[in-house]
Amino acid sequence: MDHWTAKLETYLDGELSASEMRDLDAHVRSCPSCAADVLSRLQLKRAVHSAGKRYSPSPDFRERIRKSIKAKPERAPMRLWLGASAAVALLLMVTFVAISARQQQLLRQHTLSELADLHVATLASANPVDVISTDRHTVKPWFQGKIPFTFNLPELQNSEFSLIGGRVAYLGQTSGAELIYQIRKHQISVFVFQDRAVGSDLGSTSQPRKELSFNLESWNQDGLRYFVIGDASAEDIRSLAELLKKAP
Amino acid sequence: MPLFDQLYNFAHWLAQDRTEAEDLVQETYVKALKGFSSFQAGTNFRAWMYRILRNTFLTSRTGLKATATVELDSDDSPELSAGPETPETILIDNSQHQLLQSAIESLPVRFREILLLCEVEEMSYQEIAETLSIPMGTVMSRLSRARKALRESLQQQLVKA
Repeated sequence: MDHWTAKLETYLDGELSASEMRDLDAHVRSCPSCAADVLSRLQLKRAVHSAGKRYSPSPDFRERIRKSIKAKPERAPMRLWLGASAAVALLLMVTFVAISARQQQLLRQHTLSELADLHVATLASANPVDVISTDRHTVKPWFQGKIPFTFNLPELQNSEFSLIGGRVAYLGQTSGAELIYQIRKHQISVFVFQDRAVGSDLGSTSQPRKELSFNLESWNQDGLRYFVIGDASAEDIRSLAELLKKAP
Repeated sequence: MPLFDQLYNFAHWLAQDRTEAEDLVQETYVKALKGFSSFQAGTNFRAWMYRILRNTFLTSRTGLKATATVELDSDDSPELSAGPETPETILIDNSQHQLLQSAIESLPVRFREILLLCEVEEMSYQEIAETLSIPMGTVMSRLSRARKALRESLQQQLVKA
């Protein structure tokens, strides 16, 4: 096991220092063996993430716990206890609210990181697209029957962008479309999912933001959630997003 | 009760039984409410709750039984590489979730719990160290061993399938 292999797990867990992350990033891009290793580990990591969310509490049990927690202060025998219980309940509530907000943020972060991973995995793949065509009238119909919605693609004749093709992508076990565009030497992924299926409050970005050093823009349109992500400049990401928003 | 669903999922994975998982979660909340004074403000609340649940499990009959066999592998051995598996040999899609779940189920408790905390709960190494009361170095080596064991178990499940 070489120096890099030893660090791949820590790298994928996001536990390396910023400079080590950058070094490993650069190495993975130039080493096919490590890139394949990363892809394999990433795939397993993602699969365990979704397979591990297996069990849900029954509604009865949820209600039972809720009631038992509520009942605690009432059963307290003394006034002092009532005060202490109220303080504990308040503290718990504040903590829960803080945790809930943090979890919402983590969920959002997770979705965006997953998209960045999907984009990287596509670029690393030997067959990045399943339908290869620069013609939107070929790419759009290809998705029929493969994803549970349809969407519009922009006319690119007067722009610098070119369509490379598309593939079916999965986010949180929901299928959606991934379209690959190119501008100069940069490849950009456009992901389209049903907004309700993505599940987290992602909002809209008026300015492209950074995600794992990629530029990313996201918005909701006609019940669909769009993500444009790539290493192209923020202006390019913006322009492609605008073209998609205006697609007929 | 924001941690409720996550705690229940973790409890069910540990106990492998719905009734036992419910008992574990209930006892965890009771202990947390009773012992809230022992929670140090500024420390990690989530790790504290998971630690209570895990300790409750370890002292339960199922927990004692599950951890009675101690693996001979030392946690402090060097980390292991991914082995010869490549994306071609481990291809996991949605249809293979059950195989993966069986593979996770078959792991010893100490591997199962660390994998779930890292991959499902997405805890940092620091949080895992607090939850399991082990040093950071042990978190890394145990996680590495757990992943290797999972890959081996998954290979077996795939061969069986």
